[in-house]
Amino acid sequence: MTVTERTAAPAGPAAPPARRRRDERRPVWEEEPGRVGQGLKGATLAGVCLAILGPLWVVIVTSLSDQRTITDAGGLVIFPKTITFRAYTELLSGGTVTRATLVSLALTAVGTVISTVVSVLCAYGLSRPGSFLHRPILMVLLVTMFFNAGLIPTYLLVTGVGLEGSYWSMILPGAVSVFNVLVLRAFFQNIAPELIDSARIDGAGDWRILFRIVLPLSKAVIAVVSLFYAVGYWSQWFNAMLYLNDQDMWPLQMILRQLVIKQQAPQGMSQMISTQQIPGLAVQMAVMVLALIPVAVLYPFVQKHFTKGMLTGAVKG
Amino acid sequence: MAERARGALAARTGWWHRLRRDRTLLLMAAPAVGLLLLFTYVPLLWTTVAFKDYDPFTQGLWTSPWVGLDNFTLLFEDSRFWDAFANTLSITFIQLVLFFPVPIALALLLNSVLSDKVRGLVQSILYLPHFFSWVLVITIFQQMLGGAGLLAQQLRAHGHEGFDLMTDPGVFKFLITAQLVWKDAGWGVIVFLAALSAVNQDLYEAAAVDGANRRRRMWHITLPALRPVVALLLVLRVGDSLTVGFEQILLQRDAVGPGASEVFDTYVWWVGIANTDYGIAAAGGLIKGVFSLVLVLIANKVAHLLGEQGVYRK
Repeated sequence: MTVTERTAAPAGPAAPPARRRRDERRPVWEEEPGRVGQGLKGATLAGVCLAILGPLWVVIVTSLSDQRTITDAGGLVIFPKTITFRAYTELLSGGTVTRATLVSLALTAVGTVISTVVSVLCAYGLSRPGSFLHRPILMVLLVTMFFNAGLIPTYLLVTGVGLEGSYWSMILPGAVSVFNVLVLRAFFQNIAPELIDSARIDGAGDWRILFRIVLPLSKAVIAVVSLFYAVGYWSQWFNAMLYLNDQDMWPLQMILRQLVIKQQAPQGMSQMISTQQIPGLAVQMAVMVLALIPVAVLYPFVQKHFTKGMLTGAVKG
Repeated sequence: MAERARGALAARTGWWHRLRRDRTLLLMAAPAVGLLLLFTYVPLLWTTVAFKDYDPFTQGLWTSPWVGLDNFTLLFEDSRFWDAFANTLSITFIQLVLFFPVPIALALLLNSVLSDKVRGLVQSILYLPHFFSWVLVITIFQQMLGGAGLLAQQLRAHGHEGFDLMTDPGVFKFLITAQLVWKDAGWGVIVFLAALSAVNQDLYEAAAVDGANRRRRMWHITLPALRPVVALLLVLRVGDSLTVGFEQILLQRDAVGPGASEVFDTYVWWVGIANTDYGIAAAGGLIKGVFSLVLVLIANKVAHLLGEQGVYRK
């Protein structure tokens, strides 16, 4: 047996405090897994992780390689030889990609703030038991989760109210996610009512209760919801394609689509490469990395709260 | 007024009083509700375009003439519509078989990992791709499996022929399923892991004492614990049969051609946005909405017959 130490670990009430956490010990009644089974399990999990991280590694390494390494490797680079930030300095020294990155960052920031504020307010407004009209309003919101008008009517409305060609067309139509509102509402309702009661007796109004009591207790769930919103805004390209005809206004995802999927150099990018030529592999990979950096930066901070936030919404919604 | 007294008093107080009392709460909810009304309810008015000869350049929504079901007739006469319909259903079926079980299998596997550290690490890697945009996921696939991608490049370097999975209509349906698995299978794990962690551990011990081996414990305890979640997700998936990766497919439509890649949503986009036949496209969208609703109801009914709860109770 490969894991003899596990069987050797004393079990039972008289056992000395184990160094491992309790649930990491195999219960005595459970069979020891076989060597083959353990091996297969490890290999599968390692394979899955590699399938996710491997491509990211190749993209990042290629974006940091110089032209010679890329030529030697015959394309994408797996093992880095040299590290150069040339592709990034080229992209971020002004021009199409710099502007698109700034546009995406600004859209994400403004959109996330609007969405989060509006959703938190709405969730709190609908979370007080017995408040006037909160049930019918909730129904109105719930219906939109199961039925929506569809692409064409929404498109006609957005163009009809004159949002076409404006960044608001990328923010307002999808600003509120009912799912996120329900997640927040479920969380607010789980806050001990005594806390809110006592604040109310002390003369606090709803605004004060929200800002002084509810919000400080809900930092984790608000972080998760804002991440969902931020990722949504950062990932948007379809609304840009529908409503932004002016290429100079495009966000980064549209540039990425144009450059890598369609293999066309976007307008204004030709200044750094000879006219109408598709920029080199390192530059393409660098745009991909730019598109994934914000997610990778935010992710670790919020990741530990996911499960909790997701499930409160799913179960209580 | 104390918080819990609100509900109790509600019956005895008039609506004007309650409106005044809760005006702050209503004010707080107003912006979100307003946005939702404007962008999801008001467009329902534009659904009438499906029954009109609507041309935004000559006539407005209200003045354009009613044409009855003409748009629907035109839609049903279009062979591309039926092709898209068939594609959609076959992609849904492939995804049901090849995507749906993956998160369940991953959750079972992860659940059997004893070390918290390893499980946590694997989970955070698994969830990550869910947060990538479709543009990014497809560019990554293109760089790995495309004609100039890593796999083809390695094959060529070793004297094999290159290939291009990204533009091959024959494998397109499996390609997009693979993309979906890569992006979202890990995310799907969350809900199954939660169901598994809710299982009373004493059940396993009792079963083991009674002589059930690992396989029997899995069959009689673990899988029944997952049943309600699986049933719920299946009902939702069936109800969404006509929705298969709109953005994902639209991004790759040009590379493979509409023959293999056109689905319901991309067809509506193509007719409505690209060709500005708003009436026909709106008719297509309306059919989809109604059809999906009916599918959910049927699937839920079947779930009830099998003794599951489904989306809503009987």
